[in-house]
Order: sequence, then C-alpha cells, then structure tokens
Amino acid sequence: MRKTYADVVAVDGLDLEVARGECFGLLGPNGAGKTTTIEMCEGLTAPDAGTVTVLGMNWRDDANELRQRIGIQLQETQFPDKLTVEETLRLFRSFYRRGISVDESIRTAQLEEKRSARIGGLSGGQKQRLAMACALVSDPELLFLDEPTTGLDPQARRHLWDLVDQLKQAGRTIILTTHYMEEAERLCDRVAIMDHGSIIALGTTSQLIATIGAEHIVEFAVTGHATPDGQVDAALLKAIPGIQSHRVDAGLHQLSVSELHTAVPRIFAVLAGQGLHLSELRTHSASLEDVFVGLTGRNLRDE
Amino acid sequence: MSRLSENSLFQLTLVRFLLLLREPEAIFWIFIFPILLAIGLGIAFRNRPPDVLQVAATTPQLTQALAADKGLTAATMDEAAGAHALATGNILLLAIQKPEGVAYEYDDTNPDARTARLLADRAIQIAAGRKEQVSVENQLVHEKGSRYIDFVVPGLLGMNLMGSAMWGLCFAVVEARQKKLLKRMVASPMPRWEYLASFLLSRMVMLAIEVVAFLGFARLVFGVPFRGSLWQLAFLCVLTSLSFCGLGVLVASRARTIEAASGLMNLVMLPMWILSGIFFSASRFPAVVQPLVRALPLTAAIDALRGNMLQGANLAQLAAQVAILLAWFAVPFAVSLRIFRWR
Repeated sequence: MRKTYADVVAVDGLDLEVARGECFGLLGPNGAGKTTTIEMCEGLTAPDAGTVTVLGMNWRDDANELRQRIGIQLQETQFPDKLTVEETLRLFRSFYRRGISVDESIRTAQLEEKRSARIGGLSGGQKQRLAMACALVSDPELLFLDEPTTGLDPQARRHLWDLVDQLKQAGRTIILTTHYMEEAERLCDRVAIMDHGSIIALGTTSQLIATIGAEHIVEFAVTGHATPDGQVDAALLKAIPGIQSHRVDAGLHQLSVSELHTAVPRIFAVLAGQGLHLSELRTHSASLEDVFVGLTGRNLRDE
Repeated sequence: MSRLSENSLFQLTLVRFLLLLREPEAIFWIFIFPILLAIGLGIAFRNRPPDVLQVAATTPQLTQALAADKGLTAATMDEAAGAHALATGNILLLAIQKPEGVAYEYDDTNPDARTARLLADRAIQIAAGRKEQVSVENQLVHEKGSRYIDFVVPGLLGMNLMGSAMWGLCFAVVEARQKKLLKRMVASPMPRWEYLASFLLSRMVMLAIEVVAFLGFARLVFGVPFRGSLWQLAFLCVLTSLSFCGLGVLVASRARTIEAASGLMNLVMLPMWILSGIFFSASRFPAVVQPLVRALPLTAAIDALRGNMLQGANLAQLAAQVAILLAWFAVPFAVSLRIFRWR
C-alpha cells in the first residue's frame, strides 16, 4: 500500500498480513505512518496504490458489510460531554445489526459505576474504555485500536492492557498501533516496527529482539581521558567476547551483550586500563526499543 | 428494549434532542430571547394616546387661545426664553405677538412641529372669531392587526426560525467534525443520510415547541391576530425551518472549526437581518435591489408569515414565497450532500 498527502509520503510500499486470532502491533515513533496504515485498513482512507483485504472482502465492494463486522477505536475521538456512557453506547449499538447488549459492553469495559455519568466527568482512562466499549458493542471479529493508551497514566494504561488481554483470550483478532514498546511487548503476538512509512522489522517480540544478537544491553558513561581526542577506544570494547555492538549517544555508551556475567568484568578492565572512571552503569534485558535504536539510530520517543 | 429504541434514526434524533436540552444557552436563545425581544418592542411601540404638544406664546392672551386646543399645552415666556426652549426641544413652537399679527417660530423639518403649527394657528384663528366653513366629524380607528407589534411578530418569528435552524445545525455538525466524532460515526455502519435526517427530525420537534410558545405569547399578551389558516401557518413554519436547515447544512458542510463556521454563518445571515424586513418593510429598499431582496429565504418566509397572519392569505396566494423557500431547501441540501466533509 502507498499513501501520499500533498508532498509527504505517509505510507510507502507497505505489505503485511495479519492472521485470524492474532494480536498484531504496529510500533513506531510519531509520524511513522501507523495511523495512516490503520485507517486504510479501516476504510477511512483510500490508498493511492495497492489493495486492502479485510476478512476476505475489500472496501470498494463490501464497505457496509465490513463496517458491520469490525470494531474501531480511533485516536482522539471526543464523545459529546453531555451524553452519558449508557446513551452513547445505546447510540452506537443502534448502528449494528447484531452485537452484545449495552449492559454487556458496559460490563466488559468495567464502566458499571459510570453508566449514568456524563462523559464530560470521566477520566482519560474511562473515556478510553468507553471508546473501547463503542468498538465492542457490535461483537466484532476484528478490532482496530489506534494508540489506545496514549496520554494515559500508568495505572489507567495497565487497566486497559488487562481489557485487551481479555479480548485476546476471547479469540478476537486485534490490530493496534502504539509508540510504547512496553505495550507492544506486553500485548502483541507479532509486531511490525514502522519508520518513515515503511516496515523496517517484522516478527514476534522474541524474534525481533534476537536480531540484535544479544539479550542484554549495558549502558555506561565515563569520566577521564583515554585517547587524545577524549574517546573511549571502541576497538578494545568490541574485542571483548560476547559484545555484539557498540554505539555512543550523547556521551552514553551502549553495548549489546550476550554473556552479561563474563562481559561486565572485562568492560571494567578495559576502562580501567585506559585510566577511565565509570560515572554511570546500567544493564537491562534487550527490548523492542533497542531493536528500533539498532535499526534507525534514534529512540522511539524522539519526535 | 423496544424495537424503536434499537432504531438508529430514532437514537440519532434522541441524542440530538438530549444534547440541545442540556445546553442552557441554546434554550435561552431559542425560547426566551424572542419573547424578550417581543416584550421590548411591544413596550417601545405600544399604542399611546395622541401626544399633547408643548408650545409657548409671548402674551397671556395668545397662551390662553393656544391652551383652548386639547392637543396643545401652552406656557407664556418672553422671546429670549422661548428661543432657548425651542433650541433645547422643550417646546415645539413659539407664537410671538407682533404689531401686525402673530409670527410662528418652529422647525419645519420636524413633523411634530408642523402639527403644532397647524393646531396653534387653528386655535388662534378660532379665538379671533373664525368659523368653520364645512362641518366635520372624526371617526377614530384603532384596529388590531395594523399596529407595529402585529407587523413585527411575524418578522421575529422568521428571524428566530432562521437562527435556531442555522446555529443549531451548523454548530453541532462542525463540533462533531472538530472532535472527530463524525469520523468515528462514519467508521460505523451508520447510514450517512440518517445522520443529517436526525437533525431535521429533532428540529421539527423543537420547532413545534418554539413556535407555539412564541406565537402563544404574542397572542395572549399583545392580541396579535391569526387571520389565515393555522394549518397553513404551521406548514409555512416547517417549510421555513427546513429551508434554513438546508442552508445550515451547506454552511457546515466543509468548515473544520467552529470559528470558521461562525464567520460563514454571519456572512450568510447578516444580509438577511438587514434586508429581509424583520423590523421594517423590505419594500423600503430601492427598486434595483428588490429582486435580490425578494429572493432571500428570510424575506420569502417573513412575507409568507405576514401574509398568512395579518392578511389571511392562503397558500395559493403565497405560492411565490413557498416556491422560493422550497428552492432554498432543495438546492443547498443537494449541494451539501455532494460536498459534505465526513471526517
């Protein structure tokens, strides 16, 4: 698929397939083309080139049937402040031929206590759960979630993740976009990492992390001068067995390491040998963030 | 759940209705404001007994002669004081005793001063012994239906039908678009025509309440007449409201923000506020612009409402206005269905 807005190429030659029952994540920084991609799948945006096949149908011939069978949660929909949760869901339920009852959708989204509350008085997390409930009233086979937790506090985010977990358990196909790698790792069976309108990596979380070639990341910063230009001698670091790669970002050195327990003492030795003092040291398990950094040289959150 | 409450058109209309009722400002502008305006105008232009005109004279004899007329009150003052009173508008005319007769000092561009001149001259001539040549008799007419309030109530009704249809529809559509709610609804299987139809349906319900309240008030308080068929009056109100709904949808069809929509609304409505004869007859405008003025939907609406209420005209006599209103409903609606921005 391909989509251009004015002179900006939003999605550039994207090709992917999502299996029934799968939870699929589009991960990437803002402006990577995630929303354009998901909206082309939802039939809201027509691709300039290429085809979209959803549930074996396409948007040109079967738009009405498709809309009956998919559930959609869009980024930044604001429901009318002066309607109640129940009134809003009753409205959306009336658009579909079949589906679950309004009560059931309120229960699923855990909004029982807010049933008669006006939307204007709901918290961000509750509003987002209402958007989910609106997507669920038709009991859809396929669910599209566009940045479902953006702007939520950590607790509300975890609450929403539990809700998505339940939906996965029930065997629904879910396609979601996010720029939080924890979210993709936690929820998705498979992840496509997007950047500048195309997919730069695709696979299960563990497959993607395996592409780094190491399970651990060591980050450190140093004081003191080693070489005349003030740099750590990277060749010495890379020579340590088990170290796969080295990069420096704003004075912070990042090493991907496969054997943490043997590599760390050797790193200390190399730095001490150059007369350097560690001012900072961290290690963590390799994540999708590291995959993205490894592929693009940028962090996910960089705008 | 009953079948009706599962119907999407019913739900859409219900939601429109709930949202309007929960907007206190909307209630004020639609129900209270036109009534307040009618009260204000009713007081300002209430029918008073004919004004008694203030005049003055330089001698007590002249003053006595003037005071004999029921339409005048007279005072005695010297020429200097009289000139000052004239300049400040305290009196309309000063009668000055001259050796050769009487001189009247007054402003002939002021209609009241001209009346004072006629009355004063008649009073002084009668005091001097003039006899009427022809016998006359006055028959006074104060008929309901020819007062200013009778004229202005259909005008206000037309203005209110325009305002409530256009503001209500335009703001709701543009707000839904701005808040991406429109996009969310279009992503569902909701039939798009039902979304627009829900506005027309909720408008018709509000219309019934708003017209009955306003005209009921005008009838009870001012005794405004209803000379035409009430059913035809109801039809004219529905038609007027529909044609402004058409125009409202057109204004709302592309605008992305409330600000842009407000500007467009004023651009569309301002000419009609001025030209369509809400407060004074539209026929006062020059003949050159009359075809334009007559083609405006608000002029057609107000002419038709006045025709029905004041002259008792039937729909056949108002066919031209009805045709203009129908065109203003159908054309903008058809155009906006083509150009409407659904996201």
